[in-house]
Amino acid sequence: MPLFEACDLRCERDERVLFEGLSFTLAPGEIVQILGPNGAGKTTLLRAVAGLSTRVSGEMYWNGAALPGSRWEFLRETLYLGHDAAVKPGLTPFENLRWHAGLWGRTTSIGIEGALGAVGLARHRDTPAQHLSAGQRRRIALARLLLSPARFWILDEPFTAIDLEGVSQVESLVAAHAAAGGVVLLTTHHRLSLDCRFRQVALESGALA
Amino acid sequence: MSAGTGPAWLEIARRDLLIAFRRRAEAANPLVFLLIVAALFPLGVGPAPQELSRIAPGVVWVAALLASLLSTDMLFRSDFDDGSLEQIVRSPSPLYATALAKMAVHWLVSGCPISLVSPVVAGLLYLPAAAMPALLFSMLLGTVTLSLVGGIGAALTVGLRKGGLLLSLLILPLYVPVLVFGSAAVDAAAHGLPWHSELAILGGFALLAVTLAPLAAAAALRINLDS
Repeated sequence: MPLFEACDLRCERDERVLFEGLSFTLAPGEIVQILGPNGAGKTTLLRAVAGLSTRVSGEMYWNGAALPGSRWEFLRETLYLGHDAAVKPGLTPFENLRWHAGLWGRTTSIGIEGALGAVGLARHRDTPAQHLSAGQRRRIALARLLLSPARFWILDEPFTAIDLEGVSQVESLVAAHAAAGGVVLLTTHHRLSLDCRFRQVALESGALA
Repeated sequence: MSAGTGPAWLEIARRDLLIAFRRRAEAANPLVFLLIVAALFPLGVGPAPQELSRIAPGVVWVAALLASLLSTDMLFRSDFDDGSLEQIVRSPSPLYATALAKMAVHWLVSGCPISLVSPVVAGLLYLPAAAMPALLFSMLLGTVTLSLVGGIGAALTVGLRKGGLLLSLLILPLYVPVLVFGSAAVDAAAHGLPWHSELAILGGFALLAVTLAPLAAAAALRINLDS
C-alpha cells in the first residue's frame, strides 16, 4: 500500500492552470523528483503536500486516510525543508537545531552534536549563523534531515548554495532514507545521481483556464 | 539526547527570548525613543513645571504607545521572512498558543521595560509623586493590551514589504481606549482622586485581548502563509 497518495491535483493561479490531473503515489522506499521550469508550480505543490497551502485542489491520502482529516498524524511523520531554511542568523547552529528538534520534542539517536559533525559544522557549533556562509547556513537546515525521525521528507531545492561534496552527501542521505523505508518528494534543477531508483514527475505548464 | 523538554510554544518563546537577549541594543531603542519624545515637550511647550505636570499623564502615555508601536512590526516578520513560520505552523502546538507566546515575549522585551522606565520619564515632566503608582500599574496593564492588539496588526501585515505605516494606521485606532483610560487613571491620581476603576477597565481590556487577539493573529498568519 502506498504511504502517500495524491489524486487529481490541480492548481490555478492568475487564471492560468499551473498543473491539473496530477496524480502520484509514494510507496515505502520510493523517491519522486518533481520536474518543471521556473514558475511551473513546484514550490506550490510541495507546500500543498506539506499542508501549508490550500491553493491546490484534489485529494491526498496518508497511510490510506484522507488529508487533512488525519493531518496530525501526517505532520508528525513529515519533514518539510522549504525554500527558506528557517535558520535564525542570531543563533548558533546548535541553538537553531535545538529549536527545530524542540518543536516536536524528539530526535533520532544521532543527537544535535552528531548531526552537526556529520554536515561538517562541528567547528562552528557556537558561531552565530550570521557569520557563516550561505552554504554553511544551508547545511544547518540539512542537519535536520539527520535529526528528524519523520518518514516523509519534502525537500524544496535542497541543493541550493551547497558545494559538490555537500550535494553528494545529501544525495546519499536521501538514498539511505529511502533504503530504510522512508519516502522522499523533492524538487531540484540539479541532475540527481542516486545509487537507487527514483521516479520523475513533470509538471505540465502553460494552458489557459 | 532529548532536545526539547516543553511543548512547542514554550520552545518558540524561549528562542525568541534568547534572540532578544542577543540583540539587547535593539531592545533599548523604544526606551531611548520614549526618553527623547518626553524631552522634546519642555522644548515645545515651555519649561513651566505647572504646565508640564498638567500634560504629563497624556504625554507619557502617548510616547509609550508610540514606543511600543515601534517594535511591533517585527513581531512575526522575521519568522515569516526566514521560513520559521512555516515550521511553526506545522508544529504540534496550536497556532493560538504560539501567537500568544510570541506576544507575551514581545511584552516582556518592550511593554514591560517601557512601563518600568515611564515613572522616570514622568518625573522629568514634573508628574506628582502621588501619581507614580497609578502610572506604573496602568502602564503594566495597558502595555499588555498594546502588545496583543499590535500582534494582530503585525500578523495582518506580515506579508507586506513596507507594512510599517499600514500597521500603524490599522492599530493606532484600536490603541485609543487604552490611551484614554490609561491617562485618565494617572490624571485622577495626580489630582488625588481614586483611580482604581480606570485600572479595572484596563484589566478588562487586557483580559479581552488575551482571549481574542491570539485567535485573530493566528487566523491572519494562516492567510498570509497560504500563498
